[in-house]
Amino acid sequence: MPATDDVQKAQRFREAALPYLDDVYTLARYLLRDASDAEDAVQECYLRALKHFDSYRGPAMKPWLFAILRNVCNAEYARRAHRPSAIEDTPGAAEQTPLWQESEVSPETEVLRSRDAGAIRKLIDALAEPFKETFVLREINNLSYREIAEAVGVPVGTVMSRLARARAMLRAAWTAEEEQAK
Amino acid sequence: MTCDEARILLHALLDNELDAGHAREVEAHIASCSDCTAEFAAQREMQRVLADTNLRYTAPASLRARIETSLPQAQHQQPTRRSVLRGFAMGSAVSALAASGVVAVVLRQDDQQRILSEVVSAHLRSLQAGHLTDVVSTDQHTVKPWFNGKLDVAPPVIDLTAQGFTLVGGRLDYIDARAIGAVVYKRRQHVINLFVSQTSSTEHRPPKTQTMQGFNCRRWGDRGLNFWAVSDIGADELAEFVDKLEAAMKANVEG
Repeated sequence: MPATDDVQKAQRFREAALPYLDDVYTLARYLLRDASDAEDAVQECYLRALKHFDSYRGPAMKPWLFAILRNVCNAEYARRAHRPSAIEDTPGAAEQTPLWQESEVSPETEVLRSRDAGAIRKLIDALAEPFKETFVLREINNLSYREIAEAVGVPVGTVMSRLARARAMLRAAWTAEEEQAK
Repeated sequence: MTCDEARILLHALLDNELDAGHAREVEAHIASCSDCTAEFAAQREMQRVLADTNLRYTAPASLRARIETSLPQAQHQQPTRRSVLRGFAMGSAVSALAASGVVAVVLRQDDQQRILSEVVSAHLRSLQAGHLTDVVSTDQHTVKPWFNGKLDVAPPVIDLTAQGFTLVGGRLDYIDARAIGAVVYKRRQHVINLFVSQTSSTEHRPPKTQTMQGFNCRRWGDRGLNFWAVSDIGADELAEFVDKLEAAMKANVEG
């Protein structure tokens, strides 16, 4: 039988961490693009989080859980050896390209048509890392720049430039698809 | 400011991440540059469409259950010989279980009674001069972001002025040994404090009114949040407030 301390800790952990289950699962779905891999990753994330819960000093639970989930997902990517590591913290060539070239479609004439969630999720799924995770953390998980910086382990300035890139790429893909649909 | 810089900073402007000085600079550049104006408008439009679309995933119930069972649980006491005998003495093992159920219910209510008294105390404290609000605004778009980063869960902030309950601001408070958000409304000259804390239970618990020290407190739970609305207005007016708030929150979610 577990010691009372463990039970109490588990109860505190449950109250602090379980309300974010959907947030963590959402990030896992976007990072891994597979429902059952995402479930495994989220479960592993919660197990690790419980293990390290004693050393958790805040400030916010959500970025902390996301940071753990990223580590789990990185391990998953390493396991899928045939795929390149999805989350790469060294700035790649893509990151150094100027932003300018992204929005070639003249923006003033473009009004994005509303699309169903499935189509938008596909467009987001197709974004390259590390831009996708930055985008998802901001736009879908509602983290502040500072929280993203904390979860990802990069300076706020990097978060800002990655987000700008991610949005530029997303809009370019979106408008390109609409062009095709015409 | 160059366009290259503006192309990055306009996102921080969209996300409300810039301080007033930088925000003005970026706005000034955007206003003076037609390319950046167009880019800003296009990005704002995309953000609006994205915000209107539900892009989140919901964790399957089976996953929640898997995680729950992997956490150390308070195990059910193995019945000892003696307790089994006692069970028989009371008539049956079933009645023994029923009895322990009563104990659990009594304890839980005690806990809730304690939290209720803390909530009422917090309401009383807030009525003392200068304690009502940390952020004063009738604009939900000012109050809501103010909570971000201060709490694990920002409370929903909904303007109900049109429904007769004026949003006056927000405050951090301390209930049950945890920092929680309080959203402050006024009905005529009466203050309504809406306390919001997170909970591990995501089930909907219908509102219930209790009275303590002459204050009405209406408590309910929804989507992983616990709510307590406290005020000295009548129970029927408080119920009206909660109904309108719940309706507005539902509309926001389904939006």
